[in-house]
Amino acid sequence: MIDFAALPILQTVIAIPAEDPGWGLWVLMKLLQVLGFVIVLALLVAALVLADRKIWAAVQMRRGPNVVGAFGLLQTIADALKFFFKEIIVPAGSDKFLFILAPLIALVMAFLAWAVIPVAPGWVISDINVGVLYVLAISSLGVYGIMIGGWASNSKYPFMGALRSAAQMVSYEVSIGFIILTVIFVTGSMNLTEIVDTQAGGFWNWNMFRLNPATEFGLANYILTPVLFYMGVLFFISALAETNRPPFDLPEAESELVAGYQVEYSSTPFLMFFFAEYVNIMLLSAMMVILFLGGWHAPIDIGVQFLPGVFWFFLKTAFIFFLFAMVKAIVPRYRYDQLMRLGWKVFLPTAIVAVLIVSGVVVLTGAA
Amino acid sequence: MIAAIAFYILASVAVGAAFMVVASRNPVHSVMFLILTFFSAAGLFILMGAEFLALLLIMVYVGAVAVLFLFVVMMLDVDFVELKKGFLSFAPIGGIVAAILLLQMIALGAAYFMDGGRPLVAPDATMTNLEAFGAVLYTKYAGAFEAAGFVLLVAMIGAIVLTLRDREGVRRQSAVDQMARTREDGVELVDIEPGQGLG
Repeated sequence: MIDFAALPILQTVIAIPAEDPGWGLWVLMKLLQVLGFVIVLALLVAALVLADRKIWAAVQMRRGPNVVGAFGLLQTIADALKFFFKEIIVPAGSDKFLFILAPLIALVMAFLAWAVIPVAPGWVISDINVGVLYVLAISSLGVYGIMIGGWASNSKYPFMGALRSAAQMVSYEVSIGFIILTVIFVTGSMNLTEIVDTQAGGFWNWNMFRLNPATEFGLANYILTPVLFYMGVLFFISALAETNRPPFDLPEAESELVAGYQVEYSSTPFLMFFFAEYVNIMLLSAMMVILFLGGWHAPIDIGVQFLPGVFWFFLKTAFIFFLFAMVKAIVPRYRYDQLMRLGWKVFLPTAIVAVLIVSGVVVLTGAA
Repeated sequence: MIAAIAFYILASVAVGAAFMVVASRNPVHSVMFLILTFFSAAGLFILMGAEFLALLLIMVYVGAVAVLFLFVVMMLDVDFVELKKGFLSFAPIGGIVAAILLLQMIALGAAYFMDGGRPLVAPDATMTNLEAFGAVLYTKYAGAFEAAGFVLLVAMIGAIVLTLRDREGVRRQSAVDQMARTREDGVELVDIEPGQGLG
């Protein structure tokens, strides 16, 4: 018989006493945590959609949504309600089961990855040893929602959008994998909490900068500085491509494909796709913060923590999201061949070279 | 108890989904069932405490291989009803392969139980999955590991050789040329007197 409490992947920050599994309580506890995460994420998505539109409007010198609620604060909620009360239209020639399944897959996969994201010390649903791998695995499944949705619609433009999206997401996942590998080498762990903990003590210890010669690799840190900074930038750009955000929003390029894979979707299924997209954007912003920007640690360590860790985590994630929104407002869309060239001929080789340099430094300085 | 229940659920889903891969009429549904099979297998790995292997299975097979399957199945315009007509003529060969596989599995299971049921977990309990893998993969099985890498490299080169054609008169975009352009080579400003035209 397999010991339930001893399974590594099920062990959590809330220690289960070995002699008393009490798994009923444990399940209840986890369900409450999951519920908390989902509610907070849903509220944050509502806020982020508004922030996105406001930032975009500000760049274009418009006001953005400003009618519903003070400063348009309730605009997203009004939009969501509108989607809920509309009729779900399923096209006649579509594969009905897969057509409904696709947005569900997209949304579930988007939320699932949050299970291992630590937002503050101990604030994580499941603190597993292979957290980085888990996030990579789950986020690589998000492409199924788009592909199946595009195919099941039985229509030209959704299908084209689905094909584009699949090729794009698979391509950039490869370079994201190599970029994350550099961070894993430097921190020596795949556990997200440990990765954040190695970056404690001020912004000069963060993986993106690594300016402190007193840490693990000594003066070799200055070799790592430019490499990891560049990797951080590459991760951000790959994250844009991975979430189908402009300038890489070719799967839904409205000027060529109407709206890509979501043309035939209406009402709640459309809302699910939309929701999944923003949850994914938040996930990759959070991953950027965890891997490169020190997670919940304050930029300058003054010895005393006045603010809870989650505040810094949220602030940094919000800043990354702000960059996402600014890129959307400023950069024009790439051509498809340019997108593929960038992914395979620029990002992948440079990421591989960076992996070689970083692993060389780690081995030669004897820190491994 | 729970682990046993989880095992039977995962195992029966895996077997049922594997059957549906063959049985379902729509090839896209087949691929979906294949993905379900992979997922159940990953769940079984987690039950055995091999979470690294489980996530690798999801990442490689579900995240990449099955996406390519889905890609191909969606793109190919094959009449699968026509293909299935010859199904019975392949049945003897399929039956023989299945019988051999069954025999091998029975032999494996028998050998395992005859040995007194060795534990399937890593020998050193203090190691994480990843360390246990690395400790044998890059020392004891380094040769085999590198050989596997070379086989994949050969497959990659083979795919490139098969598809790369050198055709005459193909216009290609050169990103370097495009970026090296300046305003001076692209734009000519001409000051035209009113009523005169360019010519």
